[in-house]
Amino acid sequence: MAECHPVGFQWVTEARARGAKVIHVDPRFTRTTALADKHLPIRAGSDVVLIGALINYVLANEKYFHDYVVAYTNAATLVGEGFQDTEDTGGLFSGFDPETGQYDPSSWAYAEAEGGASAPDRHHEHGQTASGRAAGDTHGSGGPPLETAQVERDETLTHPRSVFQIVKKHYARYTPQMVEQACGISAADFDYLARAVTENSGRERTTAFVYAVGWTQHTLGAQFIRAAAVLQLLLGNVGRPGGGIMALRGHASIQGSTDIPTLFNLLPGYLPMPTADQHDDLDTYLHAIASKEQKGFWANADAYTISLLKAWWGPAAHAENDWAFHYLPKLTGPHGTYQTVMSMLEDEVEGYFLLGQNPAVGSANGRMQRIGMAHLKWLVVRDLQMIESATFWKDGPEIATGELRTEDIDTEVFFMPAASHVEKAGSFTQTQRLLQWRHQAVDPPGECMSDLQFFYELGKRIRARLIGSTDERDRPLLDLTWNYPELAGGEPDPEAVLAEINGRYLSGDKAGEPLASYTELTADGSTEAGCWIYTGVYADGVNQAARRKPGAEQSQTALEWGWAWPSNRRILYNRASADLDGKPWSERKKHIWWDAEQGSWTGLDVPDFVADRAPAARPGPDAGGPDALAGDDPFVMQADGKGWLFAPRGLVDGPLPTHYEPQESPVANPLYPQQQNPARLTYPRRDNLSAPSAGAPGSEVYPYVFTTYRLTEHHTAGGMSRWLPYLSELQPEMFCEVSPELAAERGLTEYGWATIVSARAAIEARVLVTERVRPLDLGGRTVHQVGLPYHWGVGSDAGVTGDAANDLLGVTLDPNVLIQESKAGSCDIQPGRRPHGQALLDLVASYQQRAGLAAETGNAHLTDPDREQVVPTPAEDDPEQEGWQP
Amino acid sequence: MGQLFGPTNPAVDAGWQHTHPRKGFFTDTSVCIGCKACEVACKEWNHVPSDPDPQLLGSSYDNTGGLGANTWRHVAFVEQDAERIARARRSGRALVDLGMPSVGPPPGRGTAGASAPGGGADGSAAGGAGGSTGGADDYGGLHDAARLGPPVSTGVPGDGPIDTTPPDTPEFRWLMSSDVCKHCTHAGCLDACPTGALFRTEFGSVVVQDDVCNGCGTCVAACPFGVIERRSDGTAAPGERGPQQGPTREGGIAQKCTLCYDRLTDGQQPACAQTCPTESIRFGNHEELVATARERVAELHARGMTEARLYGANQNDGVGGTGSVFLLLDEPETYGLPPDPRVPTADLPQMFSRAGWAAAGMLATAALAFLGRRR
Repeated sequence: MAECHPVGFQWVTEARARGAKVIHVDPRFTRTTALADKHLPIRAGSDVVLIGALINYVLANEKYFHDYVVAYTNAATLVGEGFQDTEDTGGLFSGFDPETGQYDPSSWAYAEAEGGASAPDRHHEHGQTASGRAAGDTHGSGGPPLETAQVERDETLTHPRSVFQIVKKHYARYTPQMVEQACGISAADFDYLARAVTENSGRERTTAFVYAVGWTQHTLGAQFIRAAAVLQLLLGNVGRPGGGIMALRGHASIQGSTDIPTLFNLLPGYLPMPTADQHDDLDTYLHAIASKEQKGFWANADAYTISLLKAWWGPAAHAENDWAFHYLPKLTGPHGTYQTVMSMLEDEVEGYFLLGQNPAVGSANGRMQRIGMAHLKWLVVRDLQMIESATFWKDGPEIATGELRTEDIDTEVFFMPAASHVEKAGSFTQTQRLLQWRHQAVDPPGECMSDLQFFYELGKRIRARLIGSTDERDRPLLDLTWNYPELAGGEPDPEAVLAEINGRYLSGDKAGEPLASYTELTADGSTEAGCWIYTGVYADGVNQAARRKPGAEQSQTALEWGWAWPSNRRILYNRASADLDGKPWSERKKHIWWDAEQGSWTGLDVPDFVADRAPAARPGPDAGGPDALAGDDPFVMQADGKGWLFAPRGLVDGPLPTHYEPQESPVANPLYPQQQNPARLTYPRRDNLSAPSAGAPGSEVYPYVFTTYRLTEHHTAGGMSRWLPYLSELQPEMFCEVSPELAAERGLTEYGWATIVSARAAIEARVLVTERVRPLDLGGRTVHQVGLPYHWGVGSDAGVTGDAANDLLGVTLDPNVLIQESKAGSCDIQPGRRPHGQALLDLVASYQQRAGLAAETGNAHLTDPDREQVVPTPAEDDPEQEGWQP
Repeated sequence: MGQLFGPTNPAVDAGWQHTHPRKGFFTDTSVCIGCKACEVACKEWNHVPSDPDPQLLGSSYDNTGGLGANTWRHVAFVEQDAERIARARRSGRALVDLGMPSVGPPPGRGTAGASAPGGGADGSAAGGAGGSTGGADDYGGLHDAARLGPPVSTGVPGDGPIDTTPPDTPEFRWLMSSDVCKHCTHAGCLDACPTGALFRTEFGSVVVQDDVCNGCGTCVAACPFGVIERRSDGTAAPGERGPQQGPTREGGIAQKCTLCYDRLTDGQQPACAQTCPTESIRFGNHEELVATARERVAELHARGMTEARLYGANQNDGVGGTGSVFLLLDEPETYGLPPDPRVPTADLPQMFSRAGWAAAGMLATAALAFLGRRR
């Protein structure tokens, strides 16, 4: 955090000054570690073992927050009889379909109230289609739908099919010994962590998990975060001040760019992008998003969707034409960044916009990215600098190796200079969902313009060309509401855009007035809102995001600084900060509470609950939506009002986080014969080879683990730092970080050169030999890790250049959200600089040959039980045994 | 000419009539995260040129090297193993033991240090002990606390026994520390400058007047910290790199931190302090900062971190104390700081007096010679 978010780290420093304990779990010793109380170096990709062991510790030692867990989570809910855990099957959950390599998740469903397992229904989307549209992304503001909120519960938590017992059994083998063997963290260090976390949780205290997005960049990335969520729910650390799981984003407003998405599969406010054949009319689409019978606010998705369609198409969206639902494009398959690049290579993509993105340096398998772009007809690069993605056709690494020749590349590249963040106004949404307004400081120089102006202008020009068209397919463009007041210089007024996002009444007494809350949205076309979760940011016609009342002049929650979605709530699900009767769990951690006299929830925050729903309220079985929420259902966006320890729906690779090894790993999965996440998305191609995993022939050719990361001095792929002399001079050259032990093993000289070879590429880097990287002792076996910052790229325009670490990475994706595995891979490292030209290709090929790599290598969904490998037998760990008791 | 050594208010000493409090920095390296924002903010504000040919220096994450004409803030990165950490803790402990009865408030006494002669629990005992020659040169400043402002509480309330067991010695640590011009009470650069280009500001800081400096370089040799340097050729102005490089701004003349004089006169704080995210760099009234620094040392000592010590807080050291005070977690040399800095002019009276005696002696000898001849 100090490394990548130094400004945010000031609060950690302050918390520490007040006595907070900071524990840093990271493969390397970073600037964060320098100020932490404890560093736990971990083997990249083994995180579920560590968190799973904490879950096991909490359950085995009864350290969980009993009242919270019983009432507020789904611990007591019974799962259907058809469910089988990985513990029963050697590493797979029930429902795996070897044909498609994906799960049919219907057997993970809750048992229905009438008894017996729920039958598979049409809403249990098969993993293959769910994965194709990265369905996991749609849960950014709430959980997946359930048919009904009527579930069977056993509040004694003893029923063998209760979630509590299933979770307990699932993690029983995640012991400190397993942590040592898989993560390289000693039992003593684990004990320190377990005590620190549990002693700091409960009524009086809360613990927070903070992660940077590298945690998600694994073939089971979504499950890493889920594991932390399960632990936090068990400890009662969700919905309470000082608790939670904080994602530190990689750029400013990345939260904002998923809320109002730049993703192929989402519409604003986490409404899923409709899929062709599945969601051909509005009713089918709405029914697939949320059932009217389920609990909570997602049940009103029809109001959110219709208000969005009204915002986009105004009068052209009306009840008779299904609110212009047919104007929306429909997905025909996965169109994520990596699938798009593979389509480019097939010449299926004509043009590409790059907006503040430098895939030639920043994306996994950089070679595939660059060669893909060379297949385009046109490429628009909007950036602050002439980044490598704009110049790869003349100075990219493939020009040097002779794989591409400038004269053969037909891509027409348009470079459009962009305005920087100080040259335009707008809002940033940070990880706490807080929108903060940015005022323009200076005018953009020369021809630079904001993205807002660029796209407004582009839209205007395209519409001007289409005027008079009678072609039906041009209607969505011609009917768009596309008129914003313009400021000097042609910039559309960003506040007018914010007002449209907020939404307004379209008819009735209040016609034209801004909406104050998303609860005012209707499904009858009388309201419009460009992003339902942002409704309220322009309440009363005031830019609420621009509020800057100093902290000292208001309560500790600082509700008058900026504006947080939804409805300016600073802590989501904050009903959980009070006990079952609506009283704070403790005075120290009070946040909101039930005021019986007033008959409403009140406190230091905007209550995230139905304002007048009494704690004892128990609505009848016929209620649906917000009306169905009981007084003890704090998780108002979940279909059953509870926090999900076990996810009966919504994840495509399992209802519980389970440890699998990364796509490439020198270590055999110590828990199951199944080596990798069986549902991961693989792309077996010659230009995307994988190293064999532990024990398989050829794995010794790539014996070390590498991981990639950022440095304080640079920003991601370097577009905002490598052109700036004051930043470049601080970290001028690409380097790798290795332990003194690995340096000795491979004969690497301190600050000399090394060549790092993966199954895809070879790069060179200067060598930092440092004790900040430690060899990991996995129960007697040593695993070395190589650390690689990924800021440099090969080109000629930047102030500093160097080989790109991301060229080493392959493309294997998490099936929930299509994130690539970029934080763990296999490599070799040798002293000296890499060869150039054809000799470089020969070097990579000679490694591939020695390892016997084929497209299929490492890409089988199911691990062949007979494959040549040593699977350590997991020790029969008894929770009672020595070194386990707190 | 004012005082040449010992405690003084440098601005008053320089003839300023008003009563500006002396300004300075307190750099607390124990909360530095090495983000280098101070280096960048300093360069941005002061238009300090960048390195035209930056290279990996081979010094952990430090690629700037040290203070100089083009680096007015510099962050050092020091990687230390367990043995080195234990040594730092021992050396700090030794400093404590010299001047302090115990670490943390003595049991049974309400206000720690209130009546403790020679320092009490204010951490003033810390400082570079190595190379100390005793007396006024002692950078450890064993005796300055009684004279230097009010006694300071340890920040640990209550009378009960305090656990002063040091925390487990970690196996490894990464020290980071942002260095800057010390703005000495007795500044060698200023005293040696023959053109009057260097002057003492009303805030007690030392600033070069670019349009007066003739680049003679006398100040460079006079700075005991190696801070001031002439801006030689071969540097690039911001935004200009490589072959397009323009003429160097202020080329050939002496350059160093101005304590952002142009910001201070507008009621602003220096750029580095303003940008520091963790308040490792604090700007303010020198006297208050020194008091804060002492409190912080006491607090760290109370947590068993006996390696914590102050640098530059002793008025009786070789430069009369510095305007920039540092909290270090090891001996000054570790961070590239001189353990016992001494302004050349401190010895001036002695030198003059010796020279006088020598001259008198020579005269006397000559006189004797003539006298003897006459005889």
